[in-house]
Amino acid sequence: MTLAAIASATATTAPATVAATHPHGFLSPTGAEIAFLLVGLVTFGAALVTVTTKQLVHAALWLVVALGGLAVEYLLLTAEFIAWVQVLIYVGSVVVLLLFGLMLTKAPIGRSPDADSGNRWAALAVAVAAAAALVWVVVDAFRATWMDLDGPAAGSTAVTGASLFQNWVLPFEALSVLLLAALVGAIVLSRKAKAESSSPPVNSRGATGSSPSVPDSRNHTFGRNGRSQGNDPTERNTPSQLKNPTELKNPTELKNPTKLKNPTEHNNPTEQKGAR
Amino acid sequence: MHLVYPAVLSALLFCTGIYGVLARRNAILVLMSVELMLNAVNLNLVAFDVWLSRTADEKLHSGQALTLFTIAIAAAEIGIGLAIVLAVYRGRGTSDIDKLRDTAEGYETDGPDSDAVDGDGTEPPAAEKAEATA
Repeated sequence: MTLAAIASATATTAPATVAATHPHGFLSPTGAEIAFLLVGLVTFGAALVTVTTKQLVHAALWLVVALGGLAVEYLLLTAEFIAWVQVLIYVGSVVVLLLFGLMLTKAPIGRSPDADSGNRWAALAVAVAAAAALVWVVVDAFRATWMDLDGPAAGSTAVTGASLFQNWVLPFEALSVLLLAALVGAIVLSRKAKAESSSPPVNSRGATGSSPSVPDSRNHTFGRNGRSQGNDPTERNTPSQLKNPTELKNPTELKNPTKLKNPTEHNNPTEQKGAR
Repeated sequence: MHLVYPAVLSALLFCTGIYGVLARRNAILVLMSVELMLNAVNLNLVAFDVWLSRTADEKLHSGQALTLFTIAIAAAEIGIGLAIVLAVYRGRGTSDIDKLRDTAEGYETDGPDSDAVDGDGTEPPAAEKAEATA
């Protein structure tokens, strides 16, 4: 601590502008550096728990800690406006959206043993290798570089607003259009899924016993068949299927109801509509 | 402040996000990991913007402007991504990305749902192989 005091004292006395002449060192951290390090440890630990925990809702809650820690880091870097935007958008809305998503997809509340996939160790190897390479390169490149955090804040709201609305107006407007497009896209995606789930083909599919919301594997094979056979209807369509679909539907329905009924749905919807 | 601190923290957070994207099975957890990676990039942008605005006397504040754009695009991305995940969940009954293998090149044999395929799925592997070769 005495070293830090001495370093800060010399830093304040010597108005150094060139980084090489700074009387800084690895072993004499300033108060801001110590705070940054501690908050960074908390942030990194929360991020690690986020990607490794088996409880899905806890992952979202630890993500709040990580993102809040990052907001504190922005404050320590004198970027106030970014810090508050981070708190508002990430902690306020993105995590809430993620929690909504977790609950709407009926995520298990307790520990789910299959939260991680089987290639966990390959992923760990890739991540550790990338971390080692990145940290080594970054430390080697910026070993003797210091930021000057004294003076007026580099990211206060006035500075950020001035630069954003003087130099970055066109990207800003383009971004607003993009946000509008994303909003409309999200609404369209949700609405289409809703309309499809209430449309008649899904009902007839549900009559065969496999409702689309049941997460059994039979449903997946059905989806696979429907997708692959819907891709090229001409190839799958044997003439007998086209001629009399009902004749083919009936005997095979007992054996595998989802398989052969499906191409008729896909291939001649007009016929089905007429029959209905 | 030493520039290495935010840079190293950013690199570590990014690699944590990489691990999450590669290792997680639930699609929403993958989205969370993507958010971690985006935040790592944001931290890097802010740190280098603060550094350059003093040493290089850069008044454009491109790093902070880009950070704001990244945050907005991340919000849009999470909205669209959750809409897609919910649509997939409604259609398939799962948001497990290991089971969404419709566009896989070869038909999987070691998947968790391979045991249920044998009931009515003796034909689809041959059919898909024929489609792949055609």
